[in-house]
Order: sequence, then structure tokens, then C-alpha cells
Amino acid sequence: MRKYLKLNAPIPGKLYFILSVSAFALLLLLWQLGVTVGHLPPSHLPPPGAVARAAVALATDGLIGDIGISFFRVTTGFLLAAAIGVPLGILMGSLKVAEAFFEPLLAFFRYMPASAFIPLTIIWLSIFEAQKIGVVFIGIFFQLVLMIMDVTQNVPQDLIDTAYTLGARPLEVFRRVLLPAALPGIMDTLRVTLGWAWTYVIVAELVAANSGLGFLIMNAGRQLSTPDMFVGILTIGVLGIICDMAFKALNRLLFPWLEREV
Amino acid sequence: MALAAEPGISGNKLAVVNLTREFNFKHRKITAIQGISLEVKEGEFVTILGPSGCGKSTLLRIIAGLTEASSGQVYKDGRLIQGPGRDRGMVFQSYTLFPWLTVRQNIEFGLNLKRVEADRRHEIVNHYLDIIGLTAFADAFPKSLSGGMKQRVAIARALANDPDILLMDEPFGALDAQTRLVMQELLLKIWEETRKTILFVTHDVEEAIFLGDTVYIMTARPGRLKARIPVPLSRPRSFEIKNSRVFLELKTSILEQIREESLKAATMMPAGCD
Ligand SMILES: Nc1ncnc2c1ncn2[C@@H]1O[C@H](COP(=O)(O)OP(=O)(O)OP(=O)(O)O)[C@@H](O)[C@H]1O
Ligand SMILES: [Mg+2]
Repeated sequence: MRKYLKLNAPIPGKLYFILSVSAFALLLLLWQLGVTVGHLPPSHLPPPGAVARAAVALATDGLIGDIGISFFRVTTGFLLAAAIGVPLGILMGSLKVAEAFFEPLLAFFRYMPASAFIPLTIIWLSIFEAQKIGVVFIGIFFQLVLMIMDVTQNVPQDLIDTAYTLGARPLEVFRRVLLPAALPGIMDTLRVTLGWAWTYVIVAELVAANSGLGFLIMNAGRQLSTPDMFVGILTIGVLGIICDMAFKALNRLLFPWLEREV
Repeated sequence: MALAAEPGISGNKLAVVNLTREFNFKHRKITAIQGISLEVKEGEFVTILGPSGCGKSTLLRIIAGLTEASSGQVYKDGRLIQGPGRDRGMVFQSYTLFPWLTVRQNIEFGLNLKRVEADRRHEIVNHYLDIIGLTAFADAFPKSLSGGMKQRVAIARALANDPDILLMDEPFGALDAQTRLVMQELLLKIWEETRKTILFVTHDVEEAIFLGDTVYIMTARPGRLKARIPVPLSRPRSFEIKNSRVFLELKTSILEQIREESLKAATMMPAGCD
């Protein structure tokens, strides 16, 4: 027992898995107890069974479509932000002139919450797909650029200097050292921002949409159908954790050389 | 203005002329090194001994072309040095293997930049893998190497690139005493074979004497050269020499000379009292 309480020491993978699963099981148990023993009103906390039944019913009635459309919005906004943000962040992280020009501006925008832009995006982009994608983009872009810049700047100077003493020219240092050294951090930033993208798509859909998981939750709310709301919320959680695990698996595949498992 | 005709600049592998470097630190000027001049002959093994913070790394970085001098010049083969280049290889104080490359790929990094063809590249890498005794680890990533193994690869990587001068900044500083001894002997063995010109920085007196033809002693910050001491020990050397009378006498005399410097360094404020 003692050996599992050492600070920051690794534990067997099996134990890790068991502990992770038991946390979910415990939550489910508490939920069920809250309903049966605690007598919480089902209109506030529907029993797990009712939620499961609602999930099955919704699965054949639009849930898949809503997942699809939300997924599309998230992915598009995310890829757009990454396509511009990753190169820009790397540029800012490796060239001081680029940092001086962009960093204060982006830091300024970062403090304006994406949700505050929603009315404006509706005027600019109407309420079509572009508007939802726009909210996702605004929500993650500025943070993403600044985080990528940070990752790039944190590449150890000694590695860069080593390359110079081995005869590399600036562009070679960039391609052969800076990029590979920054790549794991870049992938991790993408993983984190993808999670945020899910938050912003739901915000956008709660306000102005007639499809998507946010709309499903909003609509269920209007009809006071708590089980449906639960299904919507839980689905987002499940999708989030799937994305996260996929990213982690990809990183393990891409970076077998990392000291620490990602 | 130092002219190339000045004695010492031509005829020597390396000539450092009146080198000074200042840093700005919290709105104050710190002089890291001041007025350092030294000459290194082709094939000479020079060790530089100095207390922590006396500017040893700064000196090597300027010679490598990674840091600019505030004043003074460095000449290699009579030509002014103006930036980093593959003619001056460097082994750093910290571990600097590229973690995403295997041991083999690390060693051939410079050869790839030079576009050396595959056959020749393999030959060179295998040669150095053999010398450092890590052939079995050729395809391992640096994460699975010990500190001593990492520095061995770093040395092989620098040597495979065939530099004129090898700059070594406390490469064994982070290693335990036994590994350090093994590494010193290995380095001497490699040097006997290649006869590279080496500038080796350390704060370990025994290491400086054991390795060097010439030992330079630096003062505490601002770092100046305090003494130049030729080492009259015959080559090739093995570790037994550390118990010889000549070695021990040299050690005592050098220890006396650096004792006051170390005391100064230890009582100095971090922002410097220059
Ligand atoms: N980039 C820098 N900015 C400001 N001060 C610096 C910088 N680099 C070095 N210094 C200062 O210059 C002095 C000499 O530093 P240097 O790293 O050359 O010493 P060192 O002899 O290599 O020390 P150590 O034995 O601890 O490695 C130190 O006081 C250090 O604080
Ligand atoms: Mg140093």
C-alpha cells in the first residue's frame, strides 16, 4: 500500500485503469443512490435508467445527426484556427520582430471572451454554419497562437546552439531542430484547444442554432425534458474524452522518443 | 585594431586577443571576462580552470561564435572568427543530444548537413560508435542512455564532424567520480588518435592537470587569466599518473593559486562586485 503513495512515482498500468474506471462507477452509484435513497425529484435528477432510455430513443431520432453537425463545426473551426495559428505561433516564437508585432495585439484580443462576439458574428455571418464556426475560431485562435509561441520559445537554446556548432545554417536549425523539438508541445496545445473548441461550439449552438448538440440541450430545456438534457451533456463529455484519448494515442505513436509518456 | 601580422595570430591554431564581455544584469553591467588573451597551438590540449561563474562558458561561447565579445577578437588559423561554424565543434555542459534522433542519427547530424554520402557516413559513425563503445546502442533514443553515455555520444557527434578545434565546456561536470575518470581516459585515448586541438573547461584541478598540455587558471569574476602552467607529464597518460610526485606537486601548487579565487567567488554577490 505504502508504495502506491510515493509522490509522483509511477504505478502499474492495470491499477491506473482500475482506479479510473472505479471513479466512473462510483459516480454512477452516487447518482443512483441520490435518486432511490435521497429521493431527489426526477425532474431535477432523472435516474440513470431514464437517461439511458432517452439516449436509446434519441439515437434513432436525430442524436447522431446533431453529433455530426456539431462535430463538423468543431473540426472546421479548429482546423482553421490551427492552420493559421500554428505557423503564426511558430513564427512569433522564433523571430522577435514577429513577436513584437503580433503578441500585444493577440494578447489584447484574448481577453475579449468569444461569447461576447456572438451577437456580432450573427450580424456579420448571419446564423448559418459560418457563424458557429466563427465563434469556435474566435474562442480558440488567440490562445492557440500564444501557446504555440510559448512552446517554440521553450526549445532549449543549447540544442539550437549545438546545431550551429555542427555547421547548420539558420533555416536548417529551424527545420532540423526547432520544429522537431517543438512538435510534441504543439500537438499537446492542439489537444487542449480542441477541448475548448467543443465548449465554444455548444455556446454558439445554445444561442443561435437549429441543429447540433447545443441546440438539442436547449430544445430539451424548453420542453422541460431533463433526461434529454442529460443525454446531450453526457454525449459532449464522451466525445471530448474520445478526442483526448485519440490525441494521446497519436502522440505516443509520433513521439516514441519522449522521456515522459504523454 | 589587431592586425593579422601581430605575433601569435598567425602561426597558432587559435589566438584570443584581449577578449572582454559585459552583460547587462538588472540595469547594472557585469563584466564576465576581462582582457583575456591566449594562444593555442595545433594539436594542443589546453585546459581552463576557474571557479564557478568566472566566465568559462562565456569564453568558450565567444570562441564558438555563439556569443559576441564586447571587445577583443578571436582568430582561428589567422582568420577573424565572426560566427559559429563547423570548424569549431562544441560539447556542452548540459546534455544536448537531440532527443528525437537515435544515437546513430545524432552522431551523423553534422555529416548530413555536409551531405556526406551514405556509405562514408556509415563508416564514420560506426568508427565513432566503436570508439565510445556504444555500438549496441546505435538505434536507441537518448532517453534510454545514462549521463555518461550521453556525453560520450555528444563527443562522438562533435568529432564525427571533423572540426579543427574541439571546445568542451565541463562535459563531465554532471557525472559521478568513477564515470568521470573513465571518460577522462577515453577522451585522452581519442585525443592520442586524432590529435585534435582541444580547449577543455573545468573546475576540477585533477581533471585539468590529467588532461592538459597547458593549464590556464582564471580569476573569479571578472574572469581574467591568472596563470599559464605547462604540464610536464609524459604521454600517453593513464590514471596511475594521478599518484605520481609531479602530478601531486602540480596539484598542490595550483590548488594554492585557485584557493583565493574560489574564496572570492564564494563571497561574491550574485550581481557581481566589479
Ligand atoms: N546571458 C547572460 N546574461 C547575463 N549575465 C550572464 C549571461 N551569461 C553569463 N552571464 C554572467 O556572466 C558570468 C559568467 O558566466 P559563465 O556562465 O560564463 O560562468 P562559468 O564560469 O561557465 O560558470 P559555471 O562554472 O557555473 O558554469 C556569470 O556571473 C553570469 O551570471
Ligand atoms: Mg559554465
